[in-house]
Amino acid sequence: MLDQTPVNTLPHTPGVGYKPQHYSAIMADPGPVRWLEVHAENYMGDGGRPIAQLRHLAERFPVSVHGVGLSIGGEGRLDPDHLARLRHICDWLQPASFSEHLAWSSHDNAFLNDLLPLPYTDATLTRVCEHIDALQEAIARPMLLENPSSYLAYAESTWEETDFLAEIARRTGCGLLLDVNNVFISATNLGFSPQGYIDAFPLDRVGEIHLAGHDTDADDHGRPLLIDSHGREVDEPVWALLDHTLARSGPRPSLVEWDNDVPDWPTLAAEASRAAAALSKVPA
Amino acid sequence: MSRQGTFRSAILDPAQPVPPALLDGQGGPAGRRFSVYRNNVTASLIEALEQTFPVIRKLIGPQAFASVAGAYLRAHPPDSPVLSRYGAGFPDYLGQCEPLAHLGYLPDTARLERALVDSYHAADAAPVDPSIFAQTPPEDLPRLRLRLAPATRLLRSPWPIHGIWRFNTEEGAPQPPHQAQDVLVTRPDFDPLPRPLPTGGAEFLTAIATGLALGEAMDRAAETAPAFDLSPLLGLLLQDNAITDATLDEAP
Repeated sequence: MLDQTPVNTLPHTPGVGYKPQHYSAIMADPGPVRWLEVHAENYMGDGGRPIAQLRHLAERFPVSVHGVGLSIGGEGRLDPDHLARLRHICDWLQPASFSEHLAWSSHDNAFLNDLLPLPYTDATLTRVCEHIDALQEAIARPMLLENPSSYLAYAESTWEETDFLAEIARRTGCGLLLDVNNVFISATNLGFSPQGYIDAFPLDRVGEIHLAGHDTDADDHGRPLLIDSHGREVDEPVWALLDHTLARSGPRPSLVEWDNDVPDWPTLAAEASRAAAALSKVPA
Repeated sequence: MSRQGTFRSAILDPAQPVPPALLDGQGGPAGRRFSVYRNNVTASLIEALEQTFPVIRKLIGPQAFASVAGAYLRAHPPDSPVLSRYGAGFPDYLGQCEPLAHLGYLPDTARLERALVDSYHAADAAPVDPSIFAQTPPEDLPRLRLRLAPATRLLRSPWPIHGIWRFNTEEGAPQPPHQAQDVLVTRPDFDPLPRPLPTGGAEFLTAIATGLALGEAMDRAAETAPAFDLSPLLGLLLQDNAITDATLDEAP
C-alpha cells in the first residue's frame, strides 16, 4: 500500500478526452476546457507526431493518463512489458493523474480490447489489490480505479460493487474514478437505483468524474440494455446524476469522453461548458 | 478452463455457448447481453486493422475486409494492448487466404501499409548536417558510413506496390505501372513518405542498413544496376531527413 493520499493534482474544472483531430482548435482556444485526458496506449510508440503533440499539450494543460489495457482484473499476472510502458509514460510526462479500470481485458496472451466484467468475490478482491499494488509501485504514484459499465452480473458475486471499490481503495491506498455514465448504464441494465449507488459510493476517495454518451439496445426480454458507446452527447439523466454526485462530493475534476464518431471541437466544448455549469453550482 | 478462459473462448468464437452463471441482474440468464462483449471485441479490433490497412480495405471492399479481418482476429488476437502494432502477421494471413489468392499483390501492399504505420510511430532522430558530404574529400567518400533514421523502411516487391498505394490514396494518381517496385519509406517530419526506388537502390540501402560503407554499398548496387547513380538517391535521403549520421572510417 502506498503511503500517499489518493488525490491527484487535476483541477476541479472540466476536462475532455483528447482527440488528435482537435489539436489545433485546442491550442488556439480551449474554451471551457482546463485539462486533458489521453489513453496511455495511444502514446506508446517511440516517437513521431503523437508523442510530439502530447509534449506540446502538456506544456499548456494538466494531463491525465488513462490506461485502457492493463487488465488489472486479469487472472494471470500483469504484463511486465506493459507495466514498463506505463512507467515510461508516467516518467517522461509526469501526468497530473493516472487511472485504470476495474476490469480485465487480457487472458492467455490475448488482448481483447474491451473492459470485461469481474465477479465480486474475495478471490477477485485479493488479486485486484495485488495488481494495484504492483502498478502503483511500478509508476511510483497512486492511481485512480474506475467503476465499470455492466451488461451482466456473475452468479458467484458476494460483494456490492460500491463496497468492493471502497475495500480496494482502503487496502491499496488508490483513489477512485467515478464514471457517472457507467453508473447509469449499470443501474439501468441490472435494475438498481443509480442515486442509491452514488449514495453508497465512497465519494471521499473520488479524484475524478467521467461523463459520456451511451446507446440504447434491448435484451432478450425487450428490456432496455444501455451500451457504453462514448459516441454521442451525454444523456440528460447522466447530467442529473452528475448534479446528484457533486452535491454530495463537492467539486471534482470532471471529464467528458467522446471516443467514437468524434464531433467537431465546438460540439465537444459545448459538453465541457455544461460540465462547467454543473461544477459552478456546487460550493467549493 | 478458468472463468476468464471460458469467457475469452466464447467471445472469440460465436459458435460457443454463453459462459455459465452469468445473469441479467434479475436472476435470469444473461443471454444476448453477452453479445455486447462479442460485438465490442470484434468491431473494435476490425477497426484497428482498418486504421492500419485502409488501402487493403479499399481494394477488397469493406465487407470482404471485415470478413477477413474478423477471421484473422479470431485466429490471431493481439498479444499487446498497443494496438498501433497490431496486424504484423496480417499481410502473411492475406497471402494464405484462399478467396483472395487471385490478388497476388495484396500481401506486399499490406506490408507497405504496415511499414507506414511503423514509420509514423518510430523514434525521432536529428538529421545529419548535409555539409559533411561537401566537406569530405572525394577520395574519402567511399569510406563514409551512413546511419539511416529509425523511421526509414525498405520494401521489395515483384508488384507495383507504390503505384497501387498511390492510386488508392491520392486523387487523380496514375494507374499503377506494370512492373516490380522497391519502395523506400522515409519520414521527413511527422508524415511517412513512400517513394519508388530506382534499380539498384534497394541493394544500396540494404548494404547501408547492414553497416557497409558507401563504396561497398555502391558496389552492391552496381552488381544489379551497372549504371547506378548515387546522387539523386542521396539527394532524396538528405531532403527527407533520412540520414542521421555519417562517419568516416579510419584510412586503411
